[in-house]
Amino acid sequence: MMEFLGLYHYLVFPLLLMSGIYAVIAKRNLFKKLIGLALMQSAVFLLYITMAKVEGGTGPILKPGDEDVLYSNPLPEVLILTAIVVGISTAALGLGIIVRIKEEFGSVEEDVVRELGGR
Amino acid sequence: MLTAPLVMLLRPRRLAWAATTAASLCAFAIALSLTAAVLAGGRPHYEMGSWAAPYGIELVVDPFNALILLLVTGASSVALLAGARSIDSQIEDERQPLFYAAWLLALSGLAGIAVTGDAFNVFVFMEISSLASYVLVAGGPDRRALPAVFKYLVMGTIGATFYLIGIGLIYMMTGTLNLADMAERVGQVSDLRPVLVAAGFVTTGLALKAAVFPLHLWLPNAYTYAPHMVTAFLAACATKVSLYVLIRFDFMVFQPNLAEHGLQFALFLMPLALLALLVSSGVALFERNLKRLLAWSSVAQIGYMTLGVSLLTATGVTAGILHMFNHALAKGALFLAVAALAAGCGGVRLEQIRGAGRRMPWTMGAFVLAGLSLVGVPGTAGFVSKWYLLSAAIATEGHGAALAAVIVVTSLMALAYIWRVIEAAYFEEPAATGTTESKTGEAPVMLVAAAWLAALANIFFGLSPDVPLALAGQGADILLGYSP
Amino acid sequence: MFMTEIFSAFLLTLLVVTALAAVKTRNLFVSVMLTGIYSLLIAINFFLLDAADVALTEAAVGAGVATVFFLGALALTAEKERTPSAYRPVAIGIFIAVTLVLGYATLGMPSYGDPDAPVHVHVAPFYLEKTPEFIDIPNIVTAVLGSYRGYDTLGEVFVVFTAGIGVMFILGVRPSRKPGGTAMIASGENGLRHYLIPRVVGRLFIPFILLFGLYVQFHGEYSPGGGFQAGAIIASSIILYALLEGEERALRLIPRRVLNGLTAGGALLYGAVGVAGMLAGGNFLDYSVLASDPVKGQQMGLLIIEAGVGITVTGVLLTIFHAFAARERFG
Repeated sequence: MMEFLGLYHYLVFPLLLMSGIYAVIAKRNLFKKLIGLALMQSAVFLLYITMAKVEGGTGPILKPGDEDVLYSNPLPEVLILTAIVVGISTAALGLGIIVRIKEEFGSVEEDVVRELGGR
Repeated sequence: MLTAPLVMLLRPRRLAWAATTAASLCAFAIALSLTAAVLAGGRPHYEMGSWAAPYGIELVVDPFNALILLLVTGASSVALLAGARSIDSQIEDERQPLFYAAWLLALSGLAGIAVTGDAFNVFVFMEISSLASYVLVAGGPDRRALPAVFKYLVMGTIGATFYLIGIGLIYMMTGTLNLADMAERVGQVSDLRPVLVAAGFVTTGLALKAAVFPLHLWLPNAYTYAPHMVTAFLAACATKVSLYVLIRFDFMVFQPNLAEHGLQFALFLMPLALLALLVSSGVALFERNLKRLLAWSSVAQIGYMTLGVSLLTATGVTAGILHMFNHALAKGALFLAVAALAAGCGGVRLEQIRGAGRRMPWTMGAFVLAGLSLVGVPGTAGFVSKWYLLSAAIATEGHGAALAAVIVVTSLMALAYIWRVIEAAYFEEPAATGTTESKTGEAPVMLVAAAWLAALANIFFGLSPDVPLALAGQGADILLGYSP
Repeated sequence: MFMTEIFSAFLLTLLVVTALAAVKTRNLFVSVMLTGIYSLLIAINFFLLDAADVALTEAAVGAGVATVFFLGALALTAEKERTPSAYRPVAIGIFIAVTLVLGYATLGMPSYGDPDAPVHVHVAPFYLEKTPEFIDIPNIVTAVLGSYRGYDTLGEVFVVFTAGIGVMFILGVRPSRKPGGTAMIASGENGLRHYLIPRVVGRLFIPFILLFGLYVQFHGEYSPGGGFQAGAIIASSIILYALLEGEERALRLIPRRVLNGLTAGGALLYGAVGVAGMLAGGNFLDYSVLASDPVKGQQMGLLIIEAGVGITVTGVLLTIFHAFAARERFG
């Protein structure tokens, strides 16, 4: 059962990643692009955390007394915590830029902005 | 880096500039001392939090990244010293402390990437510098900077995400994030397929950030519309740092362990480098906006760097690394001169700088010198790296002659586009007065002085290139030494 | 357990569906909300994968704060997606290529959950085994985050800081306030004052949320939690207040100067701890030298830097919120 689930996890990752990339490349609307970025990043988070899991393990918080408890890996968690924060920082900046673009150019559709001299 | 929050709270703009410049100069001094240590044969390294790698994060300095560190801190310091007036003219007073804070953050981000020995740490600092650069680029008065920076943000984030995927895959197969440790353990991995894929992701991600053709699309607009001093700073070093990581990763971790990866690397990068050279130089020929012309030229120059490295010989790699340094000098000087021109002529288009040769002789002089270095005229720093590049190219079996031909042709193209600027400045009459206020005389002294400093540095290192050459050469040796 | 696996698979499928829907829909508001739901689903998934800290963070930050920011920006620009997709063939081409490549990689990956996989054998056991000896706190994630890889976390705090000053910088250019015009979000004095139920319920919630945030902050060494999550939660409570009572009231509660101080102060605090370590004889960010007992020193150091993180995160998130909220709708 684990096998199938594992494979499924690994399979879902490229799908999510790709829906994100598709949004970033193919969609003209700037908001959609940012959303695509967010999707991409979350997919990567899933990848990292999936590799952290140990079958039969539990969260990496030591409980007093138990000597033989199997723990899942704490390191990817740490990395992803950082990555999540980086992700939202980028998104916040991106949103700020979108707001300014709207104010200066009157639109958040890429080709309209391009025609208005944004190139 | 720690000065940044302080700066933000400092309202008076003069104070903000002073603090930022002081911090930048300190960083430069540290870089110098590290370089000295490295040249004497040492390999300084430092464990963060006193935890030994691979459990903790360590900083490592060797000739290659010492060079990069010098570049980054040097470029920042020069741009800051030169540019107070230019920044004043482009950014409102109330926002300046924030601007300088962002500058410091970009500096610390880039420096952090240069010295770290941990792959994830690279990611964190890469994002610090990237986010800070987005802010810096967006800061200017030109509203076209906004879509440019959005594109930069999107492409940069994709690059970072790909990089993250790559090191995730490597981590999955080796269990470590420390570069040196990784290099060892990758060899023991049972199934190399994920590592190969990882190599692809890491390379693509970093290539995006380094503006390697064809992933360079964000660069021309971002550099053109950014405030002038920002362009000078970033053009000199930002992409080179990403290129540094790419090269380091590839030579250290991938090549020794993936069979024939070296060949794949070369096969892949070389054509891209050549394309970068030809296409970008071509576009630059037709540009009428000075900044954009120079920006396309940068894409071409990055092509030279990638070409050198993809040759996989000691000469070639040395050439590539050396060119990073030389290009920073040359482009930095050029952009500083352009900033001065902007101040003196009111703009950066070819039409606007006509006659600048007479009105602003010092500025144009610096521009010419730096331009010559860009082309690779003997006596300039650019010549040294071009020479090495040519030697390495000719030495390549098979298509060596073709490579050399491309190098020569594109250098001529560089000559052509520099010539266009010179032509406009010296041989044409200024546009009819009445449109813009006739700006007389030279640009602010500091700016011109800095441009000259950088331009002269080109000559200095052209005539006595020992230090950069030593660093580059040693760096190349180390890189090539990773392979069995 | 069998049940959790089925649930997991179900969740994953739901995840893909939500993602595709968020990409496809024309209505941007729907898209943003779907992304929020997507974040929540991923958070649940993280929890199922034993990553409680990450689940908490993703829920608080991804599903909560991110959605608020997106909606804020959306309200300021009020768009429906107008033009249809372009570059489709390129995008689909990349889609297929990358999926194939990743599929290829999957062939060599260690099995899911295998305790002998490289990641579990090399560096991780050190953290799990040695932490009681060196740091003596139960939550290993916090130990790694704050101490072993504290330098990364310092960088992370500065990323947040950069975003904060970045937004301040970019949105610092104010369009002129038209007389009689009102800010779009949480308009002026009033907020949602007219709506009784949200107000009553909301006001009831706010103190609990705050309390929970503080709990998460200080209990991070023992249970999932820590500075980032706490910062996000505390910021959320204030944002809730702002939405209910009006942005200006929230500004009076925590004025700009204080916000700026928070934003910069937290980061400085973190750095100061690092420097203190150096002054006391260790390397940068070495906490064991901060107290006579190295273990106590580690714990103290962790506590302080986590506080620094929480402070900066709160400051930045609120600053960004105010930057969006105070702006007038254009066009």
